[in-house]
Amino acid sequence: MRKSLKAALSEPKVVLAGGFILLLLIAAVFAPWLAPKDPLEQDLMLGTLPPTGYEGTEPGYWLGTDDLGRDVLSRLIHGSRTALIVAFVAAGLAALLGTMLGLLAGWYRGWVDVVISRLVDIWMAFPPVLLSILLVAVLGSGVHSVIAAIVIIDWTRFCRVVRSETMAQAQMDYVTAAQTIGFPKARILFSEILPNVAPVIVALLSLEMGIAVIVEAILSFVGLSVSSDTPTWGGMIAQGRAIIYQGWWVLVAPLVLLFLTVLAFNQLGDGLRRALDPMMRR
Amino acid sequence: MTEPFLSITGLSAVSDRENGAPILRDVSLRLERGEVRGLVGESGAGKSTIAKALLGILPRTVRVTGGAIRFEGQDLLTLKPKQLSDIMGSEISLIPQDPQTALNPGRRVESQLTDGLRMRRGLSRQAAHDKALKLLEEVHIRDPERVLKAYPHELSGGMRQRVLIAAAFALEPKLVVADEPTTALDVTVQKQILRLIRGMQKTHGTGMIFVTHDLGVVAQICDTVTLLYAGKVIEAGPTAQVLATPKHAYTKALLAAGPRYDRPTAGLEPVPQAIFDQLRAEMGIM
Amino acid sequence: MPLILLSALNRIALAAVTLFGVAVVVFVLLRVVPGDPIAMMISPGSTPEQIAQMRANYGLDGSILSQFWIWLKAILLGDFGTSISLRRNVLELLAERLPATLELAVAALVFAVLLGGAIAIIGTLVRRTFLEPVLDTVNGTILAVPDFVWALALISVFGVFFPVFPLSGRVDPSVQNDFFTYFYLIESLLTLRLSAIVDISSHMIMPVLALGLPLAAIIARVLKEALLEAMVQDYILLAKLKGKSNLRLIMQEALRNAIGPTVALTGVQFTFLIGGTVIVERIFAYPGIGNMAIDAVINRDLPLIQGLVLVFGALFILINLGVDLLVAAFNPRLRHA
Ligand SMILES: Nc1ncnc2c1ncn2[C@@H]1O[C@H](COP(=O)(O)OP(=O)(O)O)[C@@H](O)[C@H]1O
Ligand SMILES: [Mg+2]
Repeated sequence: MRKSLKAALSEPKVVLAGGFILLLLIAAVFAPWLAPKDPLEQDLMLGTLPPTGYEGTEPGYWLGTDDLGRDVLSRLIHGSRTALIVAFVAAGLAALLGTMLGLLAGWYRGWVDVVISRLVDIWMAFPPVLLSILLVAVLGSGVHSVIAAIVIIDWTRFCRVVRSETMAQAQMDYVTAAQTIGFPKARILFSEILPNVAPVIVALLSLEMGIAVIVEAILSFVGLSVSSDTPTWGGMIAQGRAIIYQGWWVLVAPLVLLFLTVLAFNQLGDGLRRALDPMMRR
Repeated sequence: MTEPFLSITGLSAVSDRENGAPILRDVSLRLERGEVRGLVGESGAGKSTIAKALLGILPRTVRVTGGAIRFEGQDLLTLKPKQLSDIMGSEISLIPQDPQTALNPGRRVESQLTDGLRMRRGLSRQAAHDKALKLLEEVHIRDPERVLKAYPHELSGGMRQRVLIAAAFALEPKLVVADEPTTALDVTVQKQILRLIRGMQKTHGTGMIFVTHDLGVVAQICDTVTLLYAGKVIEAGPTAQVLATPKHAYTKALLAAGPRYDRPTAGLEPVPQAIFDQLRAEMGIM
Repeated sequence: MPLILLSALNRIALAAVTLFGVAVVVFVLLRVVPGDPIAMMISPGSTPEQIAQMRANYGLDGSILSQFWIWLKAILLGDFGTSISLRRNVLELLAERLPATLELAVAALVFAVLLGGAIAIIGTLVRRTFLEPVLDTVNGTILAVPDFVWALALISVFGVFFPVFPLSGRVDPSVQNDFFTYFYLIESLLTLRLSAIVDISSHMIMPVLALGLPLAAIIARVLKEALLEAMVQDYILLAKLKGKSNLRLIMQEALRNAIGPTVALTGVQFTFLIGGTVIVERIFAYPGIGNMAIDAVINRDLPLIQGLVLVFGALFILINLGVDLLVAAFNPRLRHA
């Protein structure tokens, strides 16, 4: 475990991307204290102020204001809460569900594997967009639906990878050894195999978080995520899209942050995969 | 003294992949018009490297450090790419080792057999087609029209090698390089293909460098032979003479080892370790 | 030859079964889960008597199975009901909007194939030079940006900083009104109406880029890998000996063997691209079925959602079928089995 951590931290990608996400996490947790203004406070006198460095700014509004005079920076900071909650909860639950089923299928084989694998095949045959339209239509809008939709659609990613990884691990000598000693099957699965599959799951989890952030942004962009009085990046982007000629920064600021966040999750996942890959590790 | 048809003099090459390890050490050989020279040695001896050097297709990780290859008075190693590519495939051609991968799986036999004729000899589609038919008949393919329309995967390994032989002789080259042309084939087909190559070589009067690790094959089709070990020429001369009165202990041991010395278990008598040790000592390698 | 026919028939049958599966899922999710299915059929403003009459007409007092049968028959006859929010026949709406999405998706696909193919071929030509990592990095960056972000980035750049393209819609009202079909682009290309072609294309450029760039990057990556693999085969060596230039080696020898796997992947990715039209159409206010799907979900317009999901499903299944047949056509082994 400690060795893995050390390997991960020696990968520059991991440090850089992980550092960015950590900063974002801090911003999200301490948003009420860190945000310079109230993200909901409207002041039409201060509407569409440009960011600092442009003409006609007002001190204290670093990234300018939207058409209702709300501080863009403060809204970004508060918006990171929804983004990260969805990222962590949705990706975490998808990983949990997919990993459990993948472990079972890969370890117990037989009919368990047949049932789970068939299920994954059928699931993946259904295009994600159709599934999300149907799910949001049935579940209604709101952050819970967003999370549920992501979990229901994306658990298969984890399941497939964990299943094949488990099968590979099951061939290893250390598993055979544990079996000859007579450890119970379930115990071998969780104390021997799972730790060795974990690095793959962690890398995949990071990628999935990036996907979740995008999905949440899309759904709040179209108004199907949290209610409109909670600041979200997607909601800000939608607003910026509407007033693009008056205040481009209302669109560009959350878009850049969204892009950086997704990039960071991708790079983190990529770096972790590299650093933790047992084949590459000494 | 007249210039020979083909001569390699003092050719040396090193591997940039393995920190400049020598691949060829001062290799010299010569070939007269219409002569077949066997190039024999165990795997890794440098046979294919010589063949590739002749064809100008050395991998970029192999670096020539000295020597010359003279073909009809031109030094192939110093020719400009344009001149070289005019010679290659036209004056010098290749019969490759593995008929599985040497034919493009996505193209019909006809287009593969004729595009040299059309590009290099400016033949019309019809003329190239007729010539291709003749060539296939020459290599004893029974239903040439059908084979021309076929894709490679529809042909057996022996058939494919026949097609490749036809392609190698298509432009009437003066020199054909054959790099272990039968190793990838069934034993039953090997003999036929060998006889075919020898026949083609005779009727066309082509010079040939024939790479093999089988002294039995050498006895069958080579006029002269050059023996290599670790990139160095160990022994060379007319086939009959080398086989009857080998000078070097290594050659003797090979002859004793039987037809397939490269497979010690299949041979009659493995090459004694002492001979390898002696060879290495002579060449100053551990 | 009969073998390939058999496998084609097999695939078509499989596609039909899949479509039936989609129908079942739609029925279960939209008819059984929300409760009152009659809401999907009535035109708004019906009286309770009319509703009761309808309930009897549709056999909704019967079992679920008989209800499904009745529903399926209606669907097969093209009776998708009436949109609640738009108060119009769903089939008509789909017929109006689907052509817009098809034109957009196909344009994006063509763009992606051309760009991706070009990047792959250039990448193969410059392999092992300093240009290769440069090209790979550019390609990787394009790939890392999702279509949603591409669309908005394009809007920012070409909407604000270099305002050259229209930001929304499909065609300017000044050129609209007199099309015979809903395939505006195809129609104006066929009738050579230059002003319409220019106007429609300028509306399509940004959505096409947003949808096509990531796909182009994927195609480039896979095709280049396949090309590089082909380029070390012996048959390339022999062709090189025949004096073929590097470009010819790629185009005449390697490409045909690399294209099969790339087609298969492009097919799968094309279905994702069509999924992407939903959000990209929204961003550019492009009047296709994707944009309509979002409104349908926001308004919980169940009849419209049902129609849209079935159309999307049929589209995906058809694409997969087409790809299977194309892959077979590109593989001589399958063609002459
Ligand atoms: N592409 C290459 N780059 C560098 N060295 C190579 C390459 N291919 C072969 N070699 C080296 O050249 C030596 C001779 O190989 P080769 O000519 O293929 O032998 P043979 O054909 O006699 O079996 C071997 O030691 C091998 O390691
Ligand atoms: Mg060799």
